[in-house]
Amino acid sequence: MKNNWPLWEVFVRSKNGLEHRHFGSIHAADAEMALENARDVYTRRNEGVSIWVVESKHITASNPENSGELFEPAQDKIYRHPTFYTLPDEVKHM
Amino acid sequence: MKNENKIQYIYGIADNALILGQRLSELCGHGPNLETDIAMTNMALDLLGQTRSYYQYVAQLSGDGKTEDDIAFLRIERQYKNVLLVEQPNRHFGYVITRQFFYDAFHLLLLEELQNSNDETVAAIAKKAIKEVSYHQRFSSDWIKRLGDGTEESHQKVQEAVDDLWKYTDELFHMTDDDKIAVENGVGVNTYDLREKYDQRIREVFEEATITIPETKWFQKGGKQGIHSEHMGYLLSDLQYMQRTYPNMKW
Amino acid sequence: MSEKEIKNHGAEHSLSLEEIFEQRIARDEKIEPKDWMPEKYRKTHIRQISQHAHSEIVGMLPEGNWITRAPSLRRKVALLAKVQDEAGHGLYLYSACETLGISREELYEQLHTGKAKYSSIFNYPTVTWADMGAIGWLVDGAAIINQVPLCSTSYGPYARAMIRVCKEESFHQRQGYEIMITLANGSPEQKEMAQDALNRWWWPSLMMFGPTDAESVHTAQSMKWKLKRKTNDELRQQFIDQTVPQAELIGLTIPDPDLKWNEEKKGYDFGKIDWDEFWQVVKGHGPCNKERMTARVNAWEKGEWVRNAAMAYAKKQEDKKLKKAI
Repeated sequence: MKNNWPLWEVFVRSKNGLEHRHFGSIHAADAEMALENARDVYTRRNEGVSIWVVESKHITASNPENSGELFEPAQDKIYRHPTFYTLPDEVKHM
Repeated sequence: MKNENKIQYIYGIADNALILGQRLSELCGHGPNLETDIAMTNMALDLLGQTRSYYQYVAQLSGDGKTEDDIAFLRIERQYKNVLLVEQPNRHFGYVITRQFFYDAFHLLLLEELQNSNDETVAAIAKKAIKEVSYHQRFSSDWIKRLGDGTEESHQKVQEAVDDLWKYTDELFHMTDDDKIAVENGVGVNTYDLREKYDQRIREVFEEATITIPETKWFQKGGKQGIHSEHMGYLLSDLQYMQRTYPNMKW
Repeated sequence: MSEKEIKNHGAEHSLSLEEIFEQRIARDEKIEPKDWMPEKYRKTHIRQISQHAHSEIVGMLPEGNWITRAPSLRRKVALLAKVQDEAGHGLYLYSACETLGISREELYEQLHTGKAKYSSIFNYPTVTWADMGAIGWLVDGAAIINQVPLCSTSYGPYARAMIRVCKEESFHQRQGYEIMITLANGSPEQKEMAQDALNRWWWPSLMMFGPTDAESVHTAQSMKWKLKRKTNDELRQQFIDQTVPQAELIGLTIPDPDLKWNEEKKGYDFGKIDWDEFWQVVKGHGPCNKERMTARVNAWEKGEWVRNAAMAYAKKQEDKKLKKAI
């Protein structure tokens, strides 16, 4: 009988105030075990204060083939950035 | 309270951590899965860390120049005061988890009281260890449930381990003369008082795990008096090998 | 889009997917799991990353051999933590490999059937405590030299795994060298034990960098994909040059009568490596090849009922939840 543990993605908050960051993956049979395994594998050196785990198959990822249409249109919208606007040097606090 | 009594009392706790830590370290690299291997090694490291804190304190109490290593490696078998349960071999994963579960449930109850010890060092060690052991208990309880209520094969295997190891649980609550002196002096924990909670904890987890507690009324004891099972000698020959073969050297 | 950009864009269209891919790597862009990649890139990475992962977990065995016999509590916890790290590193690397569309179970299968290789050094026995020192010092030392450049390799998940590995591994070599220092400064017996370990581990460590450049089949391609930054011989030279003074510092002798400083190349000349021995071990006839594989296969097979139990339990719990919801 082949009954392999599914793959989970692990997100760790290294300290309060920071966002959870993708740390890596582990295998586990259920969510409880996934949390425990993530703790045992990824926080051995005091790296975290909070862990999220999600089974990898539940993640929907954008396709790199579409990255042109998804992300390139944002490249020329330079007016979204503060440096687009010219102000005299004398103006402070802006 | 005389130092010698206190030392003996501490051995009764610390030696369990050493011997169980040693048993768990045998498994490093041989676990059923990488994740589980890493988790069990974490427990071994916790237990060995606790062992060191206790032995360093004993070394200080005894004041005869002995180090934590002399205490860990250079006593004779009769001087180790661990219970029989923790020295039982890693027959299979079911045994490892059952042994761990039986010990964790006791260990946590013990530490929760021990943190109120009037000996500050002992109390501090206990307080730190509680966090580690709470996690051990969570880990071993979860696994008892997975094995007990998993497949037919796993159920049968963990039940076999329970049937075999149950007879060593009673000894956890025995009190030696040194234990009693420690209790009278506010240093130690009266383990008789932990029994009810322990049984309840075991029953709860076993019920979920669909595991039956054996009916036996026959229990084994002796470890606390230094009379161990035959497994202990082999465990010690491994543990002590270097210190015995090359005496009086620094490593 | 500027005119220049539009022109470039147009030019790229005339390139094949593969050419674009190679250009991205040349520009130091990272390749991520779902990106298009040539089949050969995928296969080569699966081979190299899994070989690396296998080396980590097989590498737990020779050192695991001494955990229960470590001579002090301090050494015991350090060794235990180190061997555990190797399990962690194996895990990171298997995960990186899995992003290429192969499961950890399949990778194990390749290891267990002898289809996949692992570092040959782990087929030598650890016969004394000093071997823990020598492995940490030499084997981890050699591994670090091999691994550091991989932190900037082209495949994103591999590079990220390697960053974590290198960060964690920094204590491993120190752990080993400290053991050697203690032995070298100890009793005559201890010093002899240290020298004996160095004698046995020196040459296999040099072999860890792989065949000489003239013999190496993968080097050119690996360089292009940044799986390699320097050649086997360059890395070997670097290892020797940094290790010889470390041995001298603690009064140990490198077991190579031909070892000699070469002022011209600012490096050591060294004796001939016994490549027959290397190939013998690679082909499965080293002192412990069989033992290592048996241990791995046993752990996996004896763990099967445990893994099955966890899955069965998870399913039952899931079913219970569903029932409750209805």
